[in-house]
Amino acid sequence: MAYKHERFETNVIILAVGILVTIAIGGLVQIIPLFTLETTIERVQGMRPYTPLELMGRNIYIREGCYVCHSQMIRTFRDEVERYGHYSIAAESMYDHPFQWGSKRTGPDLARVGGRYSNEWHVAHMVDPRSVVPESIMPSYPFLNRPLRYDNIERHLRTQRTVGVPYSDEMVQNARADLEAQARPDADGAGLMQRYPRTTQAAFDGNPERITEMDALIAYMQMLGTLVRFSDVTPEQLRQ
Amino acid sequence: MAEAQTGHVAGAGGAHRIEYVEDVVKAFLIATAFWGVVGFTVGLVIALQLAWPQLNLGFEYTTFGRLRPLHTSAVIFAFGGNALLGTSLHVVQRTCRARLFGGAEAGWFLFWGYQFFIVMAALGYVMGITQSKEYAEPEWYVDLWLTLVWVVYLIVFMGTVMKREEPHIYVANWFYLAFIITIAVLHIGNNLSIPVSLFGARSYHVTAGVQDAMIQWWYGHNAVGFFLTAGFLAMMYYIIPKQADRPIYSYRLSIVHFWSLIFLYIWAGPHHLHYTALPDWAQTLGMVFSVMLWMPSWGGMINGIMTLAGAWHKLRTDPSLRFSVTAVGFYGMSTFEGPVMSIKAVNALSHYTDWTIGHVHSGAMGWVGFICFGALYYLVPVMWKRERLYSVRMVSWHYWIATIGIVLYITAMWVSGIMQGLMWRAYDDLGFLQYAFVETVAAMHPFYIIRALGGLLFVLGSVMMAYNLWRTIRGDVRASEVTPARAGYAAAPAE
Repeated sequence: MAYKHERFETNVIILAVGILVTIAIGGLVQIIPLFTLETTIERVQGMRPYTPLELMGRNIYIREGCYVCHSQMIRTFRDEVERYGHYSIAAESMYDHPFQWGSKRTGPDLARVGGRYSNEWHVAHMVDPRSVVPESIMPSYPFLNRPLRYDNIERHLRTQRTVGVPYSDEMVQNARADLEAQARPDADGAGLMQRYPRTTQAAFDGNPERITEMDALIAYMQMLGTLVRFSDVTPEQLRQ
Repeated sequence: MAEAQTGHVAGAGGAHRIEYVEDVVKAFLIATAFWGVVGFTVGLVIALQLAWPQLNLGFEYTTFGRLRPLHTSAVIFAFGGNALLGTSLHVVQRTCRARLFGGAEAGWFLFWGYQFFIVMAALGYVMGITQSKEYAEPEWYVDLWLTLVWVVYLIVFMGTVMKREEPHIYVANWFYLAFIITIAVLHIGNNLSIPVSLFGARSYHVTAGVQDAMIQWWYGHNAVGFFLTAGFLAMMYYIIPKQADRPIYSYRLSIVHFWSLIFLYIWAGPHHLHYTALPDWAQTLGMVFSVMLWMPSWGGMINGIMTLAGAWHKLRTDPSLRFSVTAVGFYGMSTFEGPVMSIKAVNALSHYTDWTIGHVHSGAMGWVGFICFGALYYLVPVMWKRERLYSVRMVSWHYWIATIGIVLYITAMWVSGIMQGLMWRAYDDLGFLQYAFVETVAAMHPFYIIRALGGLLFVLGSVMMAYNLWRTIRGDVRASEVTPARAGYAAAPAE
């Protein structure tokens, strides 16, 4: 064997190609079928792209590194399903560029946190987590009460469309109006609701006058895990 | 073949007319020690934040969520990366008997290009610029820059190998080459994204959801496999034979474990995604290959440790060799623990808990940290042409302080991780979940303090090392250690 191995040891090009081929196999076998097998992502009703406000909230979630301590992936165990709700399915993160499943639960899973707590609770919790959960070790985020920057929101939607999220021209054109309408309960939200079903319109941070980062983040958190109604899903649809 | 191996190692020391590029290597060694202290200290800070959340200070720049990527990147890419680049440029020149391809200019580009990458990434994290992919957080513009630096690195490394006078490519260089090539593939594969604008930091990933998760952990686990393992095995294959003055234990074993390690590692990613929405077939592949990975991992451990055959007494007198050998011991431990944790039934308990954090740190502090410390203690006197280190006793102190630190760290995380996993799934007599989530958080508090204490010891040790190396570079010898340490070997009785 030592003799046969000699050509790898005496020619760096052969060695490099040998390495490249050896390391390519596993990755190709595991990754390519996920794009080609139709069963990878379940065909369920209800998934839609994020509203502009939710998308900006998701960007804040990413910016603050929330994924470092919070998972968004409920595993298929009795205790997890009882604690957090129906186990997560692949379809629920099909528009997540990138995914936010996380790898650590220093805090609880957030895959279905939407609708669990009131907007007021979330604001209080963000500003000072220990005011509502005394044992919490979460950092406080009082600075989220600053205005949200969304001057290039159309560009965000267009980039999302480039990577495959089905934002229509109408959604892109109305992005700014939709964002503002969602954070103002008194605004006309008919267009928003028609473009993005199952959307909540509210002054998420308690103040309808200003659109803050807090508005965006809470809008995002309040929709997490609420799009797919599992009462309408049949077992056949979940078979992978 | 065995003679050829010995020839490589012995020949490396006997450099003659070739003018090696050494200043760049020295700069990388200094950067390794510097970033080590920085990275460990940030780790200590965030460990304390988990015990006392007030230490997040309420500023956006100092929250755990922003500092944690700073810690992981500082340790993996700044500390580990500088050690890998520096030692690889040293090892490839010496074992090939060839001056660096591209000369000092290419070397300095690599050095400053890599430091620029680190600083840009770190500034981004603190300012909240991240693409949220673990261990691949830097945004598109930093990724592009690193790609450029890495391609130059590959050219410089392969060019030097091509210029070699030695007929054979030494085993350490196989591992370095596998590390460089695979990291290039992984880095590009996991960072495909479209920027929102050319003048903004934000980008959106090309892949989403389940496919993105698979690609991330294909990257993430092989950042461990090729950055933190293959690269440092290369370091082991050079440093331990030099320190012990013995040839590699088994040439045949190094061939077998090299190819099997790089083939199997790449499959292990899905064990990070057990019981998730990733299809079952992929999870099962990840588990099976992770278990198989145990064997080539231990092949490397056996090859490293058994290189001391006939030189075990040196462990008693040379604490820097003790670092290198203990590193290989930790490597063996964590590459046994890893396959165990990849088994689905075990992973059901360990995933999402501190057990994973403990596992990572036994690898990062015990294996990566200690092999780097061993390499620094060996290479600094060699590169600066000093007879000996400033203080060998101080190395011994560093060794014990850091070892106790690691033991505190790992055991605290084992206990808190397994405890939390069990609390999450505990049911009371009436069939209800027994604990609210926040009760499990409160229960971990004492273990977070123990962990921070372990981290503090590790930081203290690294500060001692930095001081010791600095005095060595200045050419000082500690007054109370007048007997040259190396003479101690000869006086030691044979075992």
